[in-house]
Parts: sequence; C-alpha cells; structure tokens
Amino acid sequence: MAGGDVIIGLEVHVQLNRLHSKLFCGCSTDYHASDPNTHTCPVCLGLPGTLPVVNRRAVEYAIRVALALNCQIQGETLFYRKNYYYPDLPKAFQITQYDFPLGLGGSILIKGEDGEEKKIRITRVHMEEDPGRLVHAGTIDRAKYSMVDYNRCGMSLLEVVTEPDLRSPKEARSFLDKLRNILEYLDVFDGGLEGAMRIDSNISLVGGERAEVKNISSHKGVEKALAYEITRQRSARRRGVAQVQETRHYDELRAITVSIRTKEEAHDYRYFPEPDLVPMRIADWVPKVEAELPELPDAKRERFVAEYGIADDHARSLTSEIRVANFYEVVAKRAPPRLAAAWIADVLKGELNYRDITIDKFSPDHMVEILSMLEGGKITEKGAVEVIRTILDHSGDPSEVTPARVVEAKGLVRAGDDAVKAAVRAAVEESAQAVADYRAGNEKAINFIVGVVMKKTRGRADPGEANRLVKETLDEI
Amino acid sequence: MIRELQEGLFAGGSAEEMINSLFEKIRRSRLNAYNHIAEDQALERAREFDRAPWEGRLAGVPIAIKSSISTKGIETNCSSRILSGYIPPYDAHVIERLKEEGAIIIGKTNMDEFAMGTSTETSYFGPTKNPWDLDRVPGGSSGGSAAAVAAGEAPASLGSDTGGSIRCPASFCGIVGLKPTYGLVSRYGLVSYANSLEQIGPLTANVEDAALMMEAISGHDPRDSTSVKSEGGYLSGLYGGVEGLTFGVPEEYFGEGVDPLVEEAVWDAISKLEELGASWKMVSLPHTKYALAAYYIIAMSEASSNLARFDGLRYGLRLGADQDWHTTFSEIRAAGFGPEVKRRVLLGTYALSAGYYGRYYLKALKVRTLIKQDFERALSAGGADLLVTPTMPFPAFKIGERIEDPLSLYMADVFTVPINLAGVPAISVPCGFADGLPIGLQIIGRHFDEAAVLRAAEAYEDATPYHEAVPKEVI
Repeated sequence: MAGGDVIIGLEVHVQLNRLHSKLFCGCSTDYHASDPNTHTCPVCLGLPGTLPVVNRRAVEYAIRVALALNCQIQGETLFYRKNYYYPDLPKAFQITQYDFPLGLGGSILIKGEDGEEKKIRITRVHMEEDPGRLVHAGTIDRAKYSMVDYNRCGMSLLEVVTEPDLRSPKEARSFLDKLRNILEYLDVFDGGLEGAMRIDSNISLVGGERAEVKNISSHKGVEKALAYEITRQRSARRRGVAQVQETRHYDELRAITVSIRTKEEAHDYRYFPEPDLVPMRIADWVPKVEAELPELPDAKRERFVAEYGIADDHARSLTSEIRVANFYEVVAKRAPPRLAAAWIADVLKGELNYRDITIDKFSPDHMVEILSMLEGGKITEKGAVEVIRTILDHSGDPSEVTPARVVEAKGLVRAGDDAVKAAVRAAVEESAQAVADYRAGNEKAINFIVGVVMKKTRGRADPGEANRLVKETLDEI
Repeated sequence: MIRELQEGLFAGGSAEEMINSLFEKIRRSRLNAYNHIAEDQALERAREFDRAPWEGRLAGVPIAIKSSISTKGIETNCSSRILSGYIPPYDAHVIERLKEEGAIIIGKTNMDEFAMGTSTETSYFGPTKNPWDLDRVPGGSSGGSAAAVAAGEAPASLGSDTGGSIRCPASFCGIVGLKPTYGLVSRYGLVSYANSLEQIGPLTANVEDAALMMEAISGHDPRDSTSVKSEGGYLSGLYGGVEGLTFGVPEEYFGEGVDPLVEEAVWDAISKLEELGASWKMVSLPHTKYALAAYYIIAMSEASSNLARFDGLRYGLRLGADQDWHTTFSEIRAAGFGPEVKRRVLLGTYALSAGYYGRYYLKALKVRTLIKQDFERALSAGGADLLVTPTMPFPAFKIGERIEDPLSLYMADVFTVPINLAGVPAISVPCGFADGLPIGLQIIGRHFDEAAVLRAAEAYEDATPYHEAVPKEVI
C-alpha cells in the first residue's frame, strides 16, 4: 500500500479528558457513564446571555501537549468563532482558534515505512470546544429523528494538524499510535474513553486533488479508510476519472468511504475573533508548564537503554505505552533488568494483546516472582509462559492466583536432575527405532526421544537440557 | 427619588401597597412600556419585605428590567417573537446584584427587537409611546425602560446600551441614563446583540439614583472575561461640584443635521457649567464621521453570529410540525425575526463572509481604534476632563416617521455610537425642552471615570429644573 505517490496529512481532534471541568464552564467532564444532558449548564447549552470563561488548566494542558510536540508556543493566543448551523452546536458557532493558535511548527518521530526513524512535521496545535453528540434513530441517512446529548458539549479539544508528510496508511497509524502514547505520557488524555480521539485525514495521489475523510475514531479505522481511498483514487485515475476536492465519510460497517460534499459546497465559516474572550499572553505560562512536563517516550526509551542496558527494540516496545513502561520500571528494580525487558516486551505484551486487555490486569509483583523462579531454575521458560497465561485467564478472585500457587497446582516445578536423567534413560531404552535411526546418521531422530522425555516429566524438564542429556547418553552407548 | 421612596418605606410604608399601585398604574397605562409584569414574584417579595424589612442600598425598591436581561423565572424575550415564552433558568449578574441590594424586580420592559433600533418601534409587541407625546417614540432601544421611569411606572430601571440604547431614550423621555465604561458592569445574562460594544446601565429619575444603581451593579464578575474591578465611590464623590474641571466641546457634534433648539439648549448647559466654576474649550474628534459606518459593521457582524443560536430547537418559538433540520430552523427564523433583525443579520453575515472580512470588519476595527484614540487625545492630561455634546441631534420624532427609512434612523445615533466604539462612559441628563419635548445633554468621561461623569451631571442637575418636569400626558 506504500508507493511514492501517496500524500497523507492528518487533523487529529484530541479530547483533553483528564481535565475535571469543561473548556468554558464549570461542568464536570465525568459524563461517560451518565444519562444524556445531565452534565450541562446555561453556558455550555449556549443559553441567551451566557458568556464563556477560559479554563486556565485546559490552556496549561494544551501548552503541555504543544511543548511535547516540539511546537513553538505563541506569545499571545486568542479564540475565534467558527459559524455554522448544526443541532449539536447550541450557539451556532464553535469557539476555536484561527489566526494566532497556541502552538506552531512542531514534530513527532515515528518509525517510517522503511523501518527508519522519520520526522513528521506538525503544522499547528490549537484549542477548541467540542460540540454535543447526535444520536440518530436508525442510520444517519434513514433516521426519522435524531436526539442531541450536550454532555460532551464544551469539552476541551486540541486539534493537532500535520504537514502532508505521511506516505502510507501504516505510517498514518504509527503516527496516531505515537501521538496517543505521548498524550498519555502527559497525563492529559485517556484514549480508552468514547470519542477521545477523532481524526480527519487528507489523502491524495501526487498530481491529484485531495479527499478529506472525516471523523474516524479508531486508528485501525483510519488505516483501513486510507487504504480504501488509495485503491479508489488509483482506480479512478486508471479509468481517467479526475479526483475532485471533496469531503468523504467513512462507513465503518462496509469499510468504504462515501462522498459528502465537494469543494463548491464547502462552508464559509465567517471566522472572527470571539468578542467575549480576551487575548491570552501565554508566553508567561510556559516556564510553569515546562517544569511540570514529564519524561516523554523518546527520552524514556534512551534512558532505559542506558540505565538498564537493554536492547533498543525492547526499550521501544516497553515505552510505547506509559503503563507498560511504568510496569517495567517497577519490575526492573527488583529483577534482572534484561530478563525483565525480554519477558515483558516479548511475552507479556503479546499475551495482553492477544486477550485485548491492558497491563493493569497483571501485577508487577507476580512478574518479579515469575522471573525469580525462572532465574533460580525452579520453573522452565515454558512453565513461566504457562504461569502468565493462567493468571491472565483466571476469572475468579485475583488473590487466589499467585505464581507459586499456579506452579504448585499445575505441577510446573522444573524436574530435578535425577528425575530428568532417569526419564532420559527410560526414553532411550524405549525408543529402539529412534536410537537406530540416530546411529544411522539421522540427527533429527533425537527430537523424538526428547519428546518422550518431556512426556515422562510432564513438561517440567527444560527442553534444551533434555536434548543435551539425550545426546550425551546416546554418544556414551 | 429612590432615597425618598426608601425613607417612606422605612417610615412605615408598605412595599406591597406601593408595588400594587405601580401595577395599577401600569395596567391603566397607554404607553406599552412593559412586556411582562412579574406580579406574583414581586408581590411575594414585597410582602416578605413588609413582614421583615431587609437592609441594602436598594432595599424595597421596585425596579423594571429591559427584556434583554435574563431574569430567573421571568420571561426574557428581547421583544422578539422568536424568544416569546422563553423563561431563563438563571439570573443575570446585575439581577443577582440588585437582589442582593434588596431590590424588587417588577417586570420586563419593551425594547427594539434584540435592541436593534432607536425608537422601540421594531418590538414584536408594538411600539412604546413617549410619555411627553403619545404620538412620538420614546427613543430606543431601551424605550420601555425609559418611558416607565419618565411616567412614574417604575422608580428606576435597567437598560442596555450598544450604540446609544440607554442615552437616546433617556434623552427623548427627559430622564437620566448612564452607559458605563465597557467592562465595568458584567454582561453575564445580557442577551448579546454586539458583545464588544454593549453595557448594561441604569435609567433613573435623577443623577443620584444613577450613582446608587451603579454602586449596586458595577464590579468584577468572573463569569464575564471582559469585566473589571470597580473603583466605586460614585455616591461618595457625587456632590463635589465642577469647579476647576475643563469641559471639551467637540466641534464635530454641532452644526449640520442638529436641531437648532437642541444646539441652543446644549450651549446654555455649557454656560451653566461655566457659571458653576468649570471652564470649557473646543476640541476635535476628527474621525467622528466614520463612526456610524464602523459601528454598524461591527454591531451587525457580531449580531449575525450572536443571533444564529435562535433555531427553536431548545427554547423559543416552535411552529407546527417539524420538517428536516434545515427547513425547520429556517422556517422558525423566518417567522420569528422581524424585518430590522433580518436586515442586520443579513448585512452582518455579508460583512463577515470570505473575501469581505478584510474590507469591512477588519477595516471597521481599525476605524474603531482611531476613534478610541480621538477620545483619549481629547481627554488626555492637559486636555479636557470631560466632554459635553447633545445626546441626540433632535428631540423625539413621530411614531412611523422614520421606521420605513432605516438609514435616517441609523443617522440618529451619530452622537452616541462613537462612545461605544471608544468604550468610554457617558451619561444623558435633561437640559431643556424643544416644543415641549425633552432634550438630553451628553457628558462623556475617561475610561472608568464614572465618578467624574456623575459628579458633573449632579452639579448640572442641581442647578437646573429640567429633571423635575413631569409629562402631563400621563398624570
């Protein structure tokens, strides 16, 4: 899906949902489990006569993000009105930024299509308020009526706009993953909440007009929609049909995009400065926000390599999610860091992904215990994997499962040397044909005998060790 | 007025009786000053007061409120069909302040629809009449608030002034009206017409009442980002006189288009101020001629955005069966707004459109800066302390005389809009009569120097009889 002819730029709407109150009023942001229209007030409902007041904490969070994205924070920033009619927009304008946004000219490093580090330029970062949410009775084109929930209305959004530096749907996805990772590091964002991130993608083929695919909420959805667009635009070009500048909607169920409007039908938003708010001299705020800025993924990765002596790939994997990185650091303080890195990055993360659960479901204490048993030779690697899986799959009382109990209950204690040696002797005696084959020069015949050893020890023998002992025994005879 | 009224109340008078007699007068009135009487709420509060009188600068004082200022539980319709029946769930900041000072809200007054007008003729509920001549307009847009005070249907009222909407009706009705410095009074709860220009202010029978009202309503409100802390001291410094003050007389505010009787009354007033120990000199506000154009572009542009929220979805007018979203809100807006509102929304939409924004809106903002600088220069140290001008170029005109000619109506605001563009405070006080119709004197001050404006107005009022005159029509 790559190829040099694809140009992609993204506009990402990020809800600063770790804030406690909305952008221009005091309403609580904790609405996700609440009934519709219960987290509203005259201000976010846009009742006549109400005025917005900027949530200073929201601006600080926004500056934090802009700094983390390497943007230049502007000396003075102001809000504008973007005017359009829609039922989810109770004032019929959205308070947003236009000229004089919060931050300009940043960048993010991603792993590019060729595996090399690649810099994606950020054009701008600006603040705006979230509209409400429409719920249609049926599908959007067939609904008899729609309902509006204004709980979301007035939530703080950040719009992050990239330069057209992305060259494939996969790069777009890794940009989004990296952005989410940074936002979670900054503690301003919880990507697990509904509507936390919404993405508009601009995509064109070199020499062609661009299509904007609007409002996709999952990274996977963006990747699929872009892949579909590339196919669609290429095939149109082959058939000699020119791509027109247009806005398209991604239909998640059918995994296709459909045209909503062309450039000629584009809105004139009549931007003008919001008269109810005054310009903010945010340059003065930067030192305070900078002081609060936590360690970011790239810095943490470099530190992990230097401090724990682990491989860069492991460090990258561990730091790709703040929770995993924090988990690793707890474990690495109490277990051999390199062993811990390998087991968390290569095994635990895979098991979590497979089950689609987060690392919160696994205790660092358990990880330390497993690594210690492994190091002390009490369990085999296979046994360790078994312990991890058993704990993750346990559905009852979590206090019932500890690594020690799993090892005991499942009989995973590594077989002692005598037991393994006895099993090897017995296996060699029982496997006359395999022994003969081995002597005839078929090295692979040894695997059969090792299999018998493993069976006899019910898997508690270390396969490498068993292999060595079988070979020794055969060569002695 | 307010002081006498409170003395009466504390000498054993009944607030309930006083308010009942006001309601009686309003019901008999031919003025159409009120859109809505808050009878139950007002009488309930009056009875409470009579049972256990409370303290406060405005304790027991009945006050009428312009229909563009939100009052919890009392219809606030901006004299528009589209907001008919809209009852706010919250009080404007100024209403909270009035209540804290013990006032009793008695009703909502008529106005030009969404404050768009100079005559109160664009109201959906019909024009308010001038108490001095029922065939004439009371001025606008706070015409109901002014007529009510002039006719004794309320001791004091609140209005809002975007381009003269307090001072014009105060001038036409022969009472006192103050437009405070932009930012001195919180706009929280004032239904926006043109946010960057408007302020809430008092309409009263005399200057002392205006100062009292300002003590109550001014000051910082965290819910309005453009509001600032108040210096106060309006009452304590009120009687300091004008001795030693220099008044500037802007040459651009006299001459062509100004009724000679108005000019004469204003010059008489200047002589009176001189008698009282002040001096005066001519000054120039050279960008005055661009003020009307800049004002209307800014006001209409902001209005086109502010009024977009009225779509009937959450509150306000509903027509019969709903169609799809666009059809429904278009029909509601077509039916709900009057012609002047539509004109301004359309012009404002045009002025903000891509390709025109720089030519109109941005240019108007530049003119605004120049006009502000005009005032700062004229009122700088070594210049004048205050400016005096006519409030309106002529006295109240006849109902229907100008309403078909919007441009001539817009021209009537020529002496009031520059003050809003500059953001400075200005008061209108009665300064004579032209063929039985009141004339208003406008006194303009430096930013946040309401104290000086009120002090000068008080000195002038104290030396002249005009504020004591009462319209015969309504007695």
